[in-house]
Amino acid sequence: MIYNIPFFTVIALIAIGMYAVIFKRNLIKIAIGISIIESGVNLFLITLGYREGGIAPIFTNLPPDITPADIPEKMVMPVPQALTLTSIVIGVAVLALILAFIMRIYKEYGTLDAREVRRLRE
Amino acid sequence: MNWLITHSPALLILLPLLAAFLMPIIDKINKKARNIFAILIFIIVEILVIILAFDIIKNGMHVYAIGEKNPLQTIPSQAAVPIRIVLQIDAMGIFMGLISATVCLAASLYSLAYIEEGKGKGKFYTLLLLILVGMLGMEFTGDIFNLFVFYEILSIASAALIAYSRKGEASEGAFKFLVISSISALFILFSVALFYGQYDLLNIAALAKNMKYTHLDKIALALLVSAFAMKCGSVPMHFWCPDAYSVAPSSITATLVAGSQASLYALFRVCFTLYGVKLDLQLIGGALIIFGLLSMFVGVTMAIPQKDIKRLMAYHAISQTGYMLLGVGAGLYLLGKPEFDSYGIRAMEGGIFHIINHAMYKGLLFLTAGAIFYRLKTRNLNEMGGLAHKMKYTSIFFIIGALAIAGVPPFNGFASKLIIYESVYKISPILSIIAMLVSILTLASFVKVFHSAFMGPKIHDVEEVPKSMLIGMCVLTFVIIFFGLFPGFIVNNLVHPAAMALAEQAKYLQAIGG
Repeated sequence: MIYNIPFFTVIALIAIGMYAVIFKRNLIKIAIGISIIESGVNLFLITLGYREGGIAPIFTNLPPDITPADIPEKMVMPVPQALTLTSIVIGVAVLALILAFIMRIYKEYGTLDAREVRRLRE
Repeated sequence: MNWLITHSPALLILLPLLAAFLMPIIDKINKKARNIFAILIFIIVEILVIILAFDIIKNGMHVYAIGEKNPLQTIPSQAAVPIRIVLQIDAMGIFMGLISATVCLAASLYSLAYIEEGKGKGKFYTLLLLILVGMLGMEFTGDIFNLFVFYEILSIASAALIAYSRKGEASEGAFKFLVISSISALFILFSVALFYGQYDLLNIAALAKNMKYTHLDKIALALLVSAFAMKCGSVPMHFWCPDAYSVAPSSITATLVAGSQASLYALFRVCFTLYGVKLDLQLIGGALIIFGLLSMFVGVTMAIPQKDIKRLMAYHAISQTGYMLLGVGAGLYLLGKPEFDSYGIRAMEGGIFHIINHAMYKGLLFLTAGAIFYRLKTRNLNEMGGLAHKMKYTSIFFIIGALAIAGVPPFNGFASKLIIYESVYKISPILSIIAMLVSILTLASFVKVFHSAFMGPKIHDVEEVPKSMLIGMCVLTFVIIFFGLFPGFIVNNLVHPAAMALAEQAKYLQAIGG
């Protein structure tokens, strides 16, 4: 049960994020919602790669008491970490672009309320 | 020549990517050199894609392991599974690559005059090249995580270009587009994590080989299908489409259409190759058919009352996406049954043929709408009129595009729609009746556009648009007429291999060896 806590956190984060994106009217809050969903997905990826009592996956810098034979049990999985890094970088770019759009919308419309930002729907 | 063909999968992604980062530097040095450089890169990519297409149609699938000394060896000698990033291009992938490269070439030629100097034109070309990278990457990759990465490249570059005009409406459309894209991208990433947690694999072919179709796989399937359906503009999630398409510069709208078809390709790849025959075929195929019918009908009925010319065309883009979903969904519905060989494969051919036709004529129509906007500075149909007196070539291009989208012979829309009508009739006559009804409504709404924009007395004193814009439209018109005159040739040599590549899952899995 205790080992499942990260997965429950993932579900909670994604649910909170989806709630913010779907029901909130403030554009900044929508951006925050996307950011929260992304944290949830990243946490999920990291949790998958975790090993209890694991060591960093660097072959050239092994602790002396570790032999190559028990590497599969001892090392955390490196691929999920690489995927998470990529996803964080992409997430920063997306968030920056969304905030830039929100800034332009605020300049033109004078509001951040999604109900009033709908000049496109005639 | 052999060297070129072996390495062209990597070159096709590398060239536009490098050129995108060189573009700001060349922009600083000389404006004219920048234009020539951009056009040159798009032409080289187009030529490379055509060379690769010839080779793939003749000799079969291409694989390319990035970073391996021998790039054809996808599984390294020390490992049992493909751990490198693999590009895997079959007939379907190169078919979509041809669409992307052609539309981007036309858009870049068109933008030479359409995008004014002094408004960050260098950045415009940088982002256009990145869109090309994103599309080609999505279509060529054999690795599900890279699918996500290229999907994000495509979304970010497209969103930045939708907001290009820096007006409030443009930012609003781009905001909606980016919210939808990033949420669907996170769905994809979540399902990648689900796959990696179960199978320790990221390669599509290796995943498909080990697929057990557990409950987690079903969740991943639902996430992937909803993400890609959201991005290709199928009906329950179509609302971003008209907003984003109408505010973007016209050349970008044409590439956005190609971009949403790249996600359509990803949807088909997931259904056919990743899950394949292990899928609950009736359920997913039926769902695609229902999505398709809804998209067709809702898109066209929403299009008729529109006053904004680009919004109207955007709703038609939704309705045309329905035809592709209908055709390929019918193929998926019948996959693995004896009926598949008699008419299921025909339905898939119709759907896939419609993808290339739609990219060409919808691209052309958006470019003509852009030509009208370039001269009149308005998108409102009520403020137009009598344009045919002066803009002769534009009106000819518009007629060709409108007849093609309505499915009037001898243009290309007719060829693919006829195949769809014939083959889905065998499943249920209602399907083809709805499809024909939608075609008639399409024709009706384009008659309305033609009448209010081009006919009537001369009320605007305008000139024909510059030559480079006409050349851009001409490229697409040439393809439309060529496809319309020789549909059998195209179906046999390009579309049939693509449909077979989707249907024959085993071949795709064999290509990585192991």
